Amino acid sequence: MGFWSFFFILVVLGLSVHWLATNKALKLNAKLEKGSKLPSLPSYYGTYSLLLIIFPTSSLFLLWLVGKPFILEYILLQNIPEQLSANFDGDPSMLIDSIKAVDLERVFPGTNPLIVESATYFKNLNNYSNSFAYFSILIVAFLSSYISLKKISTTFKARQAVEKSNINLLIFSSTIAIITTIGIVFSLIFEALRFFDEIPFFDFLFGLAWSPQTAIREGQVASQGAFGAIPIFSGTLLITLIAMSVAIPVGLLSAVYLSEYATPKVRQTFKPILEILAGVPTVVYGFFAAITVGPFFKDLANYSGFNIASESAIAAGGVMGIMIIPFISSLSDDVISAVPQSLRDGSYAMGATKSETVKKIILPSALPGIIGAILLAVSRAIGETMIVVMAAGIAANLTANPFESVTTVTVQIVTLLIGDQEFDSAKTLAAFALGITLFVATLFLNLLALRIVSKYRERYE
Amino acid sequence: MNNLKKIEYSLKKRKRQESRFKIYGLLGIATAVSFLCIILSSIFMEGKKAFLSTYIKLEVYFDPDIIYTSNDQKEEDIKFANFQKIIKNSLNSFFPEISDKGELRKLSNFISSSEEENLMKLVLKNKQLVGQKITLWLLASSKIDVINKNPDMELIAEEDRLISDLELNWLNEIRSANNIKSNFNKNFFVKADSTEPEQAGIWGSLVGSFFTLFVTLILSFPIAVAAGVFLEELAPKNKFTDFIEVNINNLAAVPSIIFGLLGLAIFLNVMHLPRSAPIVGGMVLALMTLPTIIIATRASLKAVPPSIREAAIGLGATKFQTVTHHVLPLSLPGILTGTIIGMSQALGESAPLLMIGMVAFIVDVPGSFLDSSTVLPVQIYLWKSTAARGFVELTAAGVMVLLSFLILMNGIAVFIRQKFEKKW
Repeated sequence: MGFWSFFFILVVLGLSVHWLATNKALKLNAKLEKGSKLPSLPSYYGTYSLLLIIFPTSSLFLLWLVGKPFILEYILLQNIPEQLSANFDGDPSMLIDSIKAVDLERVFPGTNPLIVESATYFKNLNNYSNSFAYFSILIVAFLSSYISLKKISTTFKARQAVEKSNINLLIFSSTIAIITTIGIVFSLIFEALRFFDEIPFFDFLFGLAWSPQTAIREGQVASQGAFGAIPIFSGTLLITLIAMSVAIPVGLLSAVYLSEYATPKVRQTFKPILEILAGVPTVVYGFFAAITVGPFFKDLANYSGFNIASESAIAAGGVMGIMIIPFISSLSDDVISAVPQSLRDGSYAMGATKSETVKKIILPSALPGIIGAILLAVSRAIGETMIVVMAAGIAANLTANPFESVTTVTVQIVTLLIGDQEFDSAKTLAAFALGITLFVATLFLNLLALRIVSKYRERYE
Repeated sequence: MNNLKKIEYSLKKRKRQESRFKIYGLLGIATAVSFLCIILSSIFMEGKKAFLSTYIKLEVYFDPDIIYTSNDQKEEDIKFANFQKIIKNSLNSFFPEISDKGELRKLSNFISSSEEENLMKLVLKNKQLVGQKITLWLLASSKIDVINKNPDMELIAEEDRLISDLELNWLNEIRSANNIKSNFNKNFFVKADSTEPEQAGIWGSLVGSFFTLFVTLILSFPIAVAAGVFLEELAPKNKFTDFIEVNINNLAAVPSIIFGLLGLAIFLNVMHLPRSAPIVGGMVLALMTLPTIIIATRASLKAVPPSIREAAIGLGATKFQTVTHHVLPLSLPGILTGTIIGMSQALGESAPLLMIGMVAFIVDVPGSFLDSSTVLPVQIYLWKSTAARGFVELTAAGVMVLLSFLILMNGIAVFIRQKFEKKW
């Protein structure tokens, strides 16, 4: 049985059961002339029957999708001819892979006939098992529709049952956020732990040299990799610092001007324009940094007698700063607007000018919120990927010179993982160690920022 | 008197400070706005060139000796005929003075290699052409295209230029015979990636983006709306729901590349889903888009006044019926606006997709959710990393296509908000 015929039968079954159950409920209601009618509206009985089909079949189907490869491999392993498994030197899993790789339409000449036999067996098994699974799911569907039709009576409260299952569905949807977080933490931790098996934790955290290579053969010369992450952290910090020194002044001054000086009309035009900067995809900033800003700084340096690479920290950091401007400006705009008008009025009454009010009253009282905004922006900057991948370098230089090329955590993650690599070398696992460092750092910054902001808000309410 | 003077003096100073501070603020905004203008204009200046490509007029002689290698003149012969030689011969007939083999090879590089296949198709369609001489406009190769579009490049010293002085002389000869023209670059809109800039197009990655976003939408929209409805309308206030909220807020701030690592470790290595497939990309992006849509859903549910809920409950509706029959329909415009904005974020996202292998060089337009494919922003990244000069303007043009899609989506979101959203 193919998938589509299975799907079609299931849909027809579902619709007809819905109709049958509603009709049965209507007839029951018509019969009950005296006394109480059915406890729920007839359509709820239909919906209940439909749900009773959907839930078991879809969960069985998903279970089959997930479990099928494992079940089939197990059966295949049991049925491989003895001769084949005895003569095959290597893992049984390699044997299974080579059996699966056989294309029955075009068999390579010289392939072991036993492997071809097993491949044919596997193909048949694959088809039959699908039909078998679909057939059993359909049987379950028929059974559950029979049960749900039987259940319709004056004692059965269909609405409550339907609502309860719907609410459970909603709860499940909400827990996906938790599942995702758990998934992130576990996937990072497991791979990172494997990495720390090979490279000691403190060598990674405090090592001064980074050249992620692993030996392909035993005893290879010049294969000794170094996994000290300090140059990467310092590069990330340098670029973040440059970005912040662009974004904080520009963003803060724009926020002050828009919330304190600008007329409502000016505010309405320029606020969205600033927010466009946040909507531009980061790959566009990366392109701009690599094609326009990098060569610009290079030409500038050449003109004044220096020689710098076009992949400099200042190009990537500066453009990242432009990207961060709207975060700082709109978040600080919010906290500045939240400062009560009475504070401003008090300051004006004492004869202060507007700028004095801003500097001495508004900014100090909005300071926690602004710091929160800056922390969020920093966490954004260290997690930013595309700009640095396209405009910063790959070489891990331990330097504080903004005109040199540095690398960042995200750049290293991307360069370590792009392309097909074996998944068990220290090189690829290092990406996960860097990933969990990044995750922990941003998590810490975000929680800190949220705490500062929420603490500040309570003061005026 | 002395004090009064002091005050007067300080007042002047304070007024100066005041106007200076105001100018600082204005400067801040001006800087931000000028950055935006510089970014957009530099991309536009570079990208607009990619929409034209250069064509060269040639007299093409379909030599029967070259096309029919066997005696019985089969169709197979045409398919495997050496059309490169035909193009070379027609170029040679324009420049009869060239006889050196190396120079001839350089000359034949003037025409894009894709024209060989086009000529083959032309002959297959109309076999009478064999033995005839016709005038055709053939697509120039990327080198010639770049030089032709940027006349100031001819002034660069020979060793730094894309083409040698000799080739430049040929090009000028073609120009003086008026045999060169610029025309709309159709390849850019109908083809997928290619190693030759003049044959590369954006269509393959657009289709990839479409498949990916489709998966993202059908996964994230129902889940996010369900989660938003539960948290805003039905959830009891307890530790569990607080924990969910903390998680959602936190996920919204997790760097996108971490989601890529999640996709790599779980979807690819544990669940063994296919690499580079839109279905995996869509799943990763769906997880990233969830918080955006959940937050938008909650905001627009919150905006529905409590009187609506009270009226429904007063008429005997259950809490669930109140939400599904009244509150949710009223807040739908806001939810849709948030969804479109989330989708436009997903369209521009590329970092997590690099992790799950959507950076492959893919020449075919993907046909399903399981085919290897790439997406628009990743295609831009790939072109940017390619060395050939012709790809620079293609990259900028790709950025223009991406930005116009984003403007379109955000425009729709603004339209929905203004047209359908109720102000209570």
